[in-house]
Amino acid sequence: MNALLEKYANEIQVILAKYPADQAGKRSAVMPLMHLVQRENGYVTKDAMQDIAEICEITLTEVASIVGFYTLYYDKETSKYHIQVCTDLPCALRGADQFLENLCKNLGIKVGETTPDGKVTIESVMCLAGCDKAPMFQVQSAEGLEYHENQTVESALELIQQLRQR
Amino acid sequence: MAEYILLRHRDIPGIDQIETYRQHGGFEALRKVVTGMDPDDVTNQVKASGLRGRGGAGFPTGLKWSFIDGQNWPHYVVANADESEPGTFKDREIMENNPFQFLEGVAICAYAVKANVAYIYLRGEFWHIAHQLDQRIAEMEAAGLLGDKLFGTNTSLRLHTHLGAGAYICGEESALLESIEGKLGQPRLRPPFPPAVGLYGKPTIVNNVETLTNVPLIITHGAEWYRSIGTEKSPGPKIFSLSGCVNRPGNYELPLGTTFRELIFDHGRGIPEGHTIKAIMPAGASSSLIVANEEALDTPMDYESVPKVGAQLGSASVIVVDDSVNIAWLINRTVHFFKHESCGKCTPCREGTYWMMHLTDRISRGEATINEVALLHNVANQIKGKCLCALGEFSIEAVLTGIERFPTDFENIITKSTS
Repeated sequence: MNALLEKYANEIQVILAKYPADQAGKRSAVMPLMHLVQRENGYVTKDAMQDIAEICEITLTEVASIVGFYTLYYDKETSKYHIQVCTDLPCALRGADQFLENLCKNLGIKVGETTPDGKVTIESVMCLAGCDKAPMFQVQSAEGLEYHENQTVESALELIQQLRQR
Repeated sequence: MAEYILLRHRDIPGIDQIETYRQHGGFEALRKVVTGMDPDDVTNQVKASGLRGRGGAGFPTGLKWSFIDGQNWPHYVVANADESEPGTFKDREIMENNPFQFLEGVAICAYAVKANVAYIYLRGEFWHIAHQLDQRIAEMEAAGLLGDKLFGTNTSLRLHTHLGAGAYICGEESALLESIEGKLGQPRLRPPFPPAVGLYGKPTIVNNVETLTNVPLIITHGAEWYRSIGTEKSPGPKIFSLSGCVNRPGNYELPLGTTFRELIFDHGRGIPEGHTIKAIMPAGASSSLIVANEEALDTPMDYESVPKVGAQLGSASVIVVDDSVNIAWLINRTVHFFKHESCGKCTPCREGTYWMMHLTDRISRGEATINEVALLHNVANQIKGKCLCALGEFSIEAVLTGIERFPTDFENIITKSTS
């Protein structure tokens, strides 16, 4: 039995209804289903991939390749919150590198590392379409994605403090 | 500009609410086309307006619509809301604040090309916008503006959002279509182009968010009115996303043909104190670097004039670079972006961006000899004209023009390391 289909019957019907009823249309549900699954525990489990493959009528390998291709999907358990600081050119011209470095220094970790309580990972990412409000970052978690713009190290640390207490 | 045409929320607070939008003439254009215009006449009016694609290519929108294959059904419309070019943040402002004008534009386009289903492909980071749009689409359905029997006619139309998941390449239209089909976001070999063979192999029109947002007002006020804005060959308003070394970055809606000087110094309030302007990238990280001399500053920002100073207008994401920036550092940053975002399908882009990254890493760290700058130039030239899509082709623009137009920046970094 497909555990995913059982658990999210309504949501999955809504997703499938967006696309043509044939096999090609079913395959289109693979990305929305992955977003749905990730909302639960922050990553896509092997079991969930198997269920998605079944619903979309494609192979497990094909599902796994989608997880691997797109950067917002995770296939392993990760920290609860990902602070993803944009360091692309426009943000870098407005001090994003310095911001990221000072933020990490304050937390005592390096870029890509997680706070000792395992809750917050600091990452450097590509353009997030917030170039005029740099330094900026998004917080990615099972709760969704949230933008934080016009940041200072102080405001970011305050937010991180709150996230770690959640 | 006297009145906003695209960023109308700046004039009309609350236009993101369906009632307010209707009070200001919202959905009248949709009513007009669905109840009284032949689809081909809608396309002809957009053609007559001279509207050109705002996503970067500047292709005439009405002409694109007229290419839809009438022998193969069903037809689809896809709005490209994958906005991911470094320096571009205009579609986000439209969708967050003036969403109904955009959605009305999608609906009119669908009517014109006889599509009953349209998808809005948003980058995964626009998660919150997708949720807002879903709610607004539901409101439109409840108001009889979407769904079956629009305005009592036999026209039916459904809009759906589709979220990406962090891949710049999906802004390329054929990769975007692959992504909706649940495949890796990798570009297709073209031709055939989407108006002939698009989503699920069916005729499809892919347009940028800003492009579609122009459409309702073209229908309401007519092609002649639209042509009174901008220049003869580049009519209409454009949202310029201004970023980088400038006092007041942000989105500025101005007529096409406004000069760089007016954008950067009047609207953007110039360069931070103590510095002078050095270079301009008019089309985000995909752009060539223009030397910011007097001639360049006085150049009108339209599709014809920008090439005369050695770049393209593209999506009009103007990144300003001042004299504190070394161009060798800058191209290292843009190359890292393209290396990360290369989809890996074609060899020149996959391998080329990889080697450009290693070379620019060494050069910007001051570890390279001047020969390696020549090698970098050579590698970039070998990528040119050989890639499956524009991502690879654009990855070399800043590299080539950086080396050619700012040679002393490279010499300085080399001399510093060898002295």
